[in-house]
Amino acid sequence: MPLKISGAFLLLLPALLLLVALFIVPIGWFLSSSIAELGTWAEIWAEAEDVLLSGAVGRSLVNTGAIGLIVTLLTLVLGYPVSYALSRVRGAAFTAILLCIVLPYFTSTIVRTYAWMVLLGRNGLINQILLGLGLVDEPVNLLYNRTGVIIGMTYVLLPYMVLTLYAAMKAVDPRLMQAAEGMGATPAQVFRRVFMPLTLHGVVAGVLITFILAIGFFVTPALMGGPGEIMVAMLIEREVEITQNWPSAALMTVVLLAVTLTLYAVYSRFAEPGEALR
Amino acid sequence: MMGPVLRATLLRALVVLLCFGLLAPIVIVAIASFSGDGYLKFPPETFSTRWYARFLGDPRWRQAIANSFMIGIMASVLATLLGFLAAYAMVRASFPFKRVVAALLLTPVIVPHVITAVAIYFLSARLGLVSVRPWIAVAHSLVALPVVLVILQSALRTVDPALERAAMVFGCTRWGVFRRVVLPLALPGVVSAALFAFLTSFDELVISIFLAGFRSETLPVRIWNSLLLEVEPTIAAVSTLLIAVTTLALGIDALLRRRRLGATPAG
Repeated sequence: MPLKISGAFLLLLPALLLLVALFIVPIGWFLSSSIAELGTWAEIWAEAEDVLLSGAVGRSLVNTGAIGLIVTLLTLVLGYPVSYALSRVRGAAFTAILLCIVLPYFTSTIVRTYAWMVLLGRNGLINQILLGLGLVDEPVNLLYNRTGVIIGMTYVLLPYMVLTLYAAMKAVDPRLMQAAEGMGATPAQVFRRVFMPLTLHGVVAGVLITFILAIGFFVTPALMGGPGEIMVAMLIEREVEITQNWPSAALMTVVLLAVTLTLYAVYSRFAEPGEALR
Repeated sequence: MMGPVLRATLLRALVVLLCFGLLAPIVIVAIASFSGDGYLKFPPETFSTRWYARFLGDPRWRQAIANSFMIGIMASVLATLLGFLAAYAMVRASFPFKRVVAALLLTPVIVPHVITAVAIYFLSARLGLVSVRPWIAVAHSLVALPVVLVILQSALRTVDPALERAAMVFGCTRWGVFRRVVLPLALPGVVSAALFAFLTSFDELVISIFLAGFRSETLPVRIWNSLLLEVEPTIAAVSTLLIAVTTLALGIDALLRRRRLGATPAG
């Protein structure tokens, strides 16, 4: 039964209040008051240049972008076949694949990160296997460096990519592919000329959501990375918790927030909001 | 050119391998947590529950379990309540800027949690609310709200508006329609939403790191604090508890979903 606008507004009000009181106001207050501490606009601008172009922050911004890109590409390459399979199978196989995606997806990030810390350690299973196969002569350092961060983050973010791709793939009408086959297309042609173009928007949405989440990542790089893999979210945390330099944290937040929201605006043109959530 | 059979076999092998890779780390941690060895080894040479004994024997860990459940339940109730009202409005009403409101309500999962956490910490420090458990629950309900909204919007879409109209025609008030028609039909969805809201709070780390203080450490915060020092086997036992809670929640959700689908054979 249709609701009047006034009724809808009343129902939405509590949720919007929570959003305003714990999200919009705190972010706005934190940013404005921390940045206002710096003085006039000219002083703010000078400080922003100082902070954002300084060695440590500049490097972390580059790191954040680079790690985000690598992880996004890896999740796409690994996630595409899984989503494809998920969109094509039925019954028990479907349930099995879905379980393998959903269980990690809903397991705490810190647990998933810890699992890889155990596997990648010097005496961990991966090193045991590599040594056992004779691929290496001594344990390889897979933890506390970029390799560790990339493996950990790819693992944590893979389910988001798979579920976004799957949403686009299951919407493809299988009869279109049958029709193409009926008209003499080879399987490779059907894939390239029918399936790929029809799921391209899902790829764009998956890449955007994964990249957005990757550049804001904090837990996994903090635990699995070394001093060379400091990402901007980690610097923000440090500025607040350790040095209590609020203005500098605020300036970095502005950059991260601006990039995130811009990409999110693009993302919502490609996907129904919330698609990746379920 | 590869033959189609070979290609299908290769794809299948690849998918099996990837699925194994997704599941294996979680399974391995769960198995390793029962190790009887002095350090974490897989496969374990001997089995024991010593890490569980150490985990459950430590009052700080026990306090963390209690904190996690308490905060999770409070956050779940709040997020489900607010989310239900909002989802009902989103599904049943059309109003200007609806897409904008929908996108806005989901931003807490998009904006990096560090930013949300720092901002809430900034506010809480000024209001003296750091390490106050109900307040942490309110903060968690902010990130659980989008999850609830997505689940409840899809659950409410399956409730036929004609049923609500029919009840009104027969003299039911709006509140009566809500209580006797909408709520019973959407109930499995509501329970699912509450479950996932609980899970979101139970697993949340970044906001909790800032808000917990010493008194209100949750399980993920305790794990975080101890992992910064060393990778010790007790964490495997704690992790297994978290994995078990997730598995349980997913199992209940699967049962509810079966009922939900059974109730609406057409949709």
